[in-house]
Amino acid sequence: MKTKIKGLLWHSLRPGLPPGLLLAGLALPLGGCQMGVLDPAGAVGSAEKDLIITSTLLMLIVVVPVIVMTLLFAWRYRATNTNATYAPTWSHSVKIEVIVWAVPLTIVAILAVLTWVTTHALDPYRPLTAKAKPLEVQVVALDWKWLFVYPDLGIATVNQLTLPVGTPLDFKITSDSVMNSFFVPQLGSQIYAMAGMQTQDHLIANRPGTYQGLSANFSGDGFADMHFVVDAVSPAKFEAWVKSTRAGHSPLDAKVFRAVEEPSAKVPPTLYSSVQPDLFNDIIAKYQGKAQGFHSAMKED
Amino acid sequence: MPDQVLTAHPEHGEHHGPGPNTVFGFWLYLMTDCILFATIFAAFAVSRHQYAGGPTGHDIFDLKYVGVETALLLISSVTYGFAMLSAFKGDRSLVMLWLGITFLFGLGFVGMEINEFSHLVAEGHGPDRSAFLSSFFTLVATHGTHVTLGLVWMMTLMLQLAIKKPPLEGVYMNRLMCLSLFWHFLDIVWICVFTFVYLMGV
Amino acid sequence: MPFLGRLTWADIPFDNPIEMGAVVFMGLVVAAVLGVVTYYRAWGYLWKEWITSVDHKRIGVMYIVLALVMLLRGFSDAIMMRTQQAMAFDNHPGYLPPGHYDQIFSAHGVIMIFFMAMPFMIGLMNIAVPLQIGARDVAFPFLNSISFWLTAVSVGLVNLSLAIGEFAKTGWLAYPPLSELQFSPGVGVDYYIWSLQISGIGTLLTGINFFVTILKMRCPGMTYMKMPVFVWTALCTNVLIMAAFPILTVTLALLTLDRYLGMHFFTNDLGGNQMMYVNLIWAWGHPEVYILILPAFGVFSEVVPTFSRKPLFGYASMVMATVAITFLSFVVWLHHFFTMGSGADVNAFFGITTMIIAIPTGVKIFNWLFTIFRGRVEFSTPILWTLGFMVTFTIGGMTGVMLAVPGADFVLHNSLFLIAHFHNVIIGGVVFGYLAGLAYWFPKAFGFKLNETWGKRAFWFWLVGFYVAFMPLYVLGFLGMTRRMNHYDNPAWTPWLEIACAGALLIMCGIICQVVQIYVSIRDRKNNIDLTGDPWNGRTLEWSVSSPPPFYNFAKTPVVHALDALEDLKTRGIVQQRDEAYEDIHMPRNTPAGFMIAVAAAVMGFALIWHIWWMAALGVLAGIATLIWRTCDDDIDYWVPASEVARIEGEHLERVEAGRATVPGRLFEVAGE
Repeated sequence: MKTKIKGLLWHSLRPGLPPGLLLAGLALPLGGCQMGVLDPAGAVGSAEKDLIITSTLLMLIVVVPVIVMTLLFAWRYRATNTNATYAPTWSHSVKIEVIVWAVPLTIVAILAVLTWVTTHALDPYRPLTAKAKPLEVQVVALDWKWLFVYPDLGIATVNQLTLPVGTPLDFKITSDSVMNSFFVPQLGSQIYAMAGMQTQDHLIANRPGTYQGLSANFSGDGFADMHFVVDAVSPAKFEAWVKSTRAGHSPLDAKVFRAVEEPSAKVPPTLYSSVQPDLFNDIIAKYQGKAQGFHSAMKED
Repeated sequence: MPDQVLTAHPEHGEHHGPGPNTVFGFWLYLMTDCILFATIFAAFAVSRHQYAGGPTGHDIFDLKYVGVETALLLISSVTYGFAMLSAFKGDRSLVMLWLGITFLFGLGFVGMEINEFSHLVAEGHGPDRSAFLSSFFTLVATHGTHVTLGLVWMMTLMLQLAIKKPPLEGVYMNRLMCLSLFWHFLDIVWICVFTFVYLMGV
Repeated sequence: MPFLGRLTWADIPFDNPIEMGAVVFMGLVVAAVLGVVTYYRAWGYLWKEWITSVDHKRIGVMYIVLALVMLLRGFSDAIMMRTQQAMAFDNHPGYLPPGHYDQIFSAHGVIMIFFMAMPFMIGLMNIAVPLQIGARDVAFPFLNSISFWLTAVSVGLVNLSLAIGEFAKTGWLAYPPLSELQFSPGVGVDYYIWSLQISGIGTLLTGINFFVTILKMRCPGMTYMKMPVFVWTALCTNVLIMAAFPILTVTLALLTLDRYLGMHFFTNDLGGNQMMYVNLIWAWGHPEVYILILPAFGVFSEVVPTFSRKPLFGYASMVMATVAITFLSFVVWLHHFFTMGSGADVNAFFGITTMIIAIPTGVKIFNWLFTIFRGRVEFSTPILWTLGFMVTFTIGGMTGVMLAVPGADFVLHNSLFLIAHFHNVIIGGVVFGYLAGLAYWFPKAFGFKLNETWGKRAFWFWLVGFYVAFMPLYVLGFLGMTRRMNHYDNPAWTPWLEIACAGALLIMCGIICQVVQIYVSIRDRKNNIDLTGDPWNGRTLEWSVSSPPPFYNFAKTPVVHALDALEDLKTRGIVQQRDEAYEDIHMPRNTPAGFMIAVAAAVMGFALIWHIWWMAALGVLAGIATLIWRTCDDDIDYWVPASEVARIEGEHLERVEAGRATVPGRLFEVAGE
């Protein structure tokens, strides 16, 4: 009997802990540590964080009563509590059925509208608008590092993504290896990187800082080290960085690129002062081969 | 668990041996096989234009040849139908004759298919050349493998009928019916292959 | 061509102490088991009564034994991962090099889903369904044996990969191009492919078997709307199996063709399409998780009424909800890859369908709640698991709906938030459900109850351990940690990973309690005997026969008049009489053919993995030959004389009477009293 009460008290405290832990978790890491998804540094990430919070609150409307009712009913209707009503043949109630179908249905309907609207608004392929002109960055997932090419600026980097604050970013992503996922948690949406194909992501950094980028899709032995540095800096600092990168004598030519393509992990941020034009498109084309048939040639056989 | 030998028993209570459940269960298996083929068809639909610089359907399909193959398979379905009619009449030797003829037509179909494949491979248009060819070979060969297994089943059944000479009811009628369903099902799948792969790919 | 294909001595991991340790341990366990069987001279018994059995009750027990053993194996993988992640911070590489770690998380997923959860579920269906519908066996007992042995030999293959070769390093779904030959040239993915293909055939046959059984072999009077809810969930599960497993078969086959014959379904070059694999594998994968959860829901629908001493609330809507979930499970699969770039319309559509499926699921929870409402709840182990489920699964469902919003998923996909979500619903839903079912039906299968004290201890360790292990993972997901990392360098993550590790250790205590529980229950079985066959005052037909049931289940096929058939019979005062007029009963004979076919399949699988082509051909031929030999066998069934039936029934009734005479009180409730 004693163990039963203790057990049930414990059990009634239990459900309080998960949400408690979650809140504690949000408060815990302080000072200089990466806060990830709940500390977005850009508009896209902010919208997504709001979405997470909104959907959580909507769900809690159902979840909290269910948990409370579970514990309440189990306790109140325990066999030893002969005070409670015992209705041994009652098993149907239209009123209750209507409520238990209608309430989740309503919440889902609200969530559905929210989903439709936000999915379109947050479509990674949708360009962002801001005062500044968009900056295009081409992203190539390699084993096990990231290559970033700034096609309009003629420079490239490995594992270093320096970006101007307040500028809409047009990412074009592919892979020169297996499936990866381009992801900067504090900026927002990730998207898969796949060979022979180009995916797109549109993000923006609204405050300066250093953020972590990673691959969010397992790609082999060196996967755990496949992170990159994201430096969001003022437009002026960005210009300076571009200039100094161009000045460094390290072109990303064919020979260098072949070396970069070799599997390696834990690659430190590396800057390239120039890059082959069309490198990105060539990488994609490599996997597509000739899509047309050669039937005209066949006929001549 | 007792291992009793049974003495003569007239119809007793419920009988959960071979019976209508077997045929029903086999129908269900065929439906799962349908989904199997549907999935391969889906893969074919996705891959059918990925020639990768290699040959297209137009380059490699010979509709006359496929027409003959199709005729062989369709005729074999008809002859199997005759086998079933003979089975309903209880005529075991007639059943074996029609099964034998069906077998030959089926064998012809498989032979022609293997011939088509070996020529393609010899010309460098094997299933490793492109996604289109991979899905073509796989779809057609999956069907061909089913036909081959059906032939093995058919041969086994013919031998059993010849050697054991069982009555054409109960277990053996079930087996003939299940093989019949299987054979006609493969016919229908072939019609889809013929249409979506060969006719539309040419 | 070398005699043993590409197999060499170097494929045994002599240089890896952890793997060798595991291999030696496995070897010792196998040797111990073989030794014990030999010591008790039980080989004849084992062969005659278990290996060649076509009895669904025996087969069900074997499935569950297999599942529990694999729970230990899958869980040791989990402990290894948790401890690695708790220590591998910054420059500390931990004790598992990446290649090994990758195999561990892949094996963990594969084992837990395919070789723990599926066999567990199929085992429970085997034990309970025929009894609940008043049938004497399943529709195809021989196929049932094949199904089990195909699963068992696949387990053998997976475990063999530890000793000879390696396992896949791709994750449990083996996405290409990583799983293609270019990036996974070793045998790991091949072990993965063949163990899943072989067991997949077994599962498909089970789907067909039980579907026919439920449709065609219900006892007179048991219309669809009088079937127990567990039978409904089993029926829907088998529909899902029949519809979904062919997709898995094809997808794995296409990957096999890429790897073995150089085809280009999913390769990076020559027209392959990795996105097609992702779609196909999840078109199977999503129904698969409903295959796992529906029977768990069914268990709860049996346990709650029984231990609340009240009929299930809203039976009709439970059935409708189950059927709705079955259909809806086919239109949600894309939510597993919102981030693959499908476009907003497609993403939004699948997000919305995913949320819709939460509605019938929620309805079920409310129905269980209102069954408890105004009942008299007895806190037995099965009910504790159920209450734990109701709280835990609700939270897991909530995080699932959150992930179903594509905008949220874009930042949470593949993170530890995802890991926490699916473990939340799988452990809180599937595992808790199956453990409740195990406690509930154990007495029926073995004739004695499991020890309650150790059962309750196990429950609390599992419950607390689950929260301590997985709530931190939600936090880590928010902190930006992605899955499948064998080391990391973000200091903010370490405390959470350490807490998670502690949680895993708590769960381990729970598992230890379960092992102890089994030992103690067997040791003390004479004190926990289920004499009447109805230890819980049950409401459904399986409790109307002895524990364990006679091999033919029912001496007389029951006639049913209402839902909760046994409860109804009790109310009407219909009891089994001593000298009823029995009839001869038709039963199938045991056969070694199922076992032999599976062994042949295993030989084929092993040979294909190692490219030993002659051995593979031999395996295929042996399998076909065995099947043909079986079809030539006319002596596959027999009749049990009515006198034998009378003797067995008489013995049971005598034991019950004697028990009542010596033990007073409410232990033995008679129908109608």
